[in-house]
Amino acid sequence: MSRAWVAALLFVALVTPVAREALERVMVAHMLVQIPLLAIAGALGATALPSLLKSRVARWNRSGLSGTLLALIASTWWMVPRSLDWALASPLMESAKFVTLPLLVGAPLALSWSSLGTMGRGFVIANVLPMWAVVGWAYIAAPVRVCNYYLVDQQVITGVALIAVSVALGAATALPSFAGRPRSG
Amino acid sequence: MVRSNEWVRTGIASLAICVAGGALLWRGTDGFRALTSEAARRRAIAESPRAVPVVELEDQDGLPFTLADYRGQPVVVDFIYTGCGAVCPLLSDGFRRLDRAEQAVPRSDDRRRLQLVSVTFDSLDTPARLREYASHYQADGRSWRFARVRNARDLAPLLRSFGIIVISDGRGGFQHNSAVHVLDRQGRLARLLDVGATPNEVARAAAGTGQ
Repeated sequence: MSRAWVAALLFVALVTPVAREALERVMVAHMLVQIPLLAIAGALGATALPSLLKSRVARWNRSGLSGTLLALIASTWWMVPRSLDWALASPLMESAKFVTLPLLVGAPLALSWSSLGTMGRGFVIANVLPMWAVVGWAYIAAPVRVCNYYLVDQQVITGVALIAVSVALGAATALPSFAGRPRSG
Repeated sequence: MVRSNEWVRTGIASLAICVAGGALLWRGTDGFRALTSEAARRRAIAESPRAVPVVELEDQDGLPFTLADYRGQPVVVDFIYTGCGAVCPLLSDGFRRLDRAEQAVPRSDDRRRLQLVSVTFDSLDTPARLREYASHYQADGRSWRFARVRNARDLAPLLRSFGIIVISDGRGGFQHNSAVHVLDRQGRLARLLDVGATPNEVARAAAGTGQ
């Protein structure tokens, strides 16, 4: 099956009321399953774009700079607890989530990542992962509920999961540089 | 030539993204001051007081009243349920302190006295249970009343107008956002204070919300 189909199927599956209800009922699933999967659907879709279109876009995205910026800013929006509550309270915000995560986070990141270069990728990873860990820690340490639609124990679970994901991705990125033989030269 | 052209385009695109994205983030978080919906609720109410629906309530003695009855008087409202073991005891301890402090102040005009109303959102809370709860907090049931809606269908609009979101905790109880809600003399929701607000803070907020 082509990537375009996988992307489309994934997106349609996420939009279904069953999946929305199941993933949004629990904070950790909302933040760490639904939101990343929406971005992944966008990323898969973008890689399936015709190469002519990709090269047109690339003219505005030298070294992946503007695309990465777009993905970082748009993903920051969905890291704010108010946004999660907002998506649950307002159908407009909920729709915005389903549009912006694929189009403004997943797709630009996929179109930028390979042209970012090692330094650029390292810079993004070294900034984003600690930010997730800090947000996770804040969720655990917060003296109040940060989301009105989620229980306080779910907030703690989400915080722990954010830190775990951050550490796991950090390790997965860093360990290959220390272990084994260099791939070339 | 082509290369530098692409850098210029990328620069323009990046600048546009930063400006538009920054502006949206700024708007969406009230200038990075409201990262949670609760903080946003407080800011929105402080900036523009909102009317609350006139809903028929009944107090711990089964006497009917509405929040509109308090117009012209300083009044604070909170939302609780008697089975609550988390934040409601803190709210109620705070209300008891407010009530005591108010009783200690001599006032020539009773219309200037601070009134307190605790509204339950639990359908299991009967007037009898509210009465028991009131006596636990040594409330006289007059300056500090405990109330439930008379018609169950009024509860959702009332909670919505105050911005109270109640969710089930899966164990028969609830979790809910909480604050000390200060109404102004026109009966509008005008200010939100932290749980445990001091009599001074309440007095200042109530005065600040004057005519």
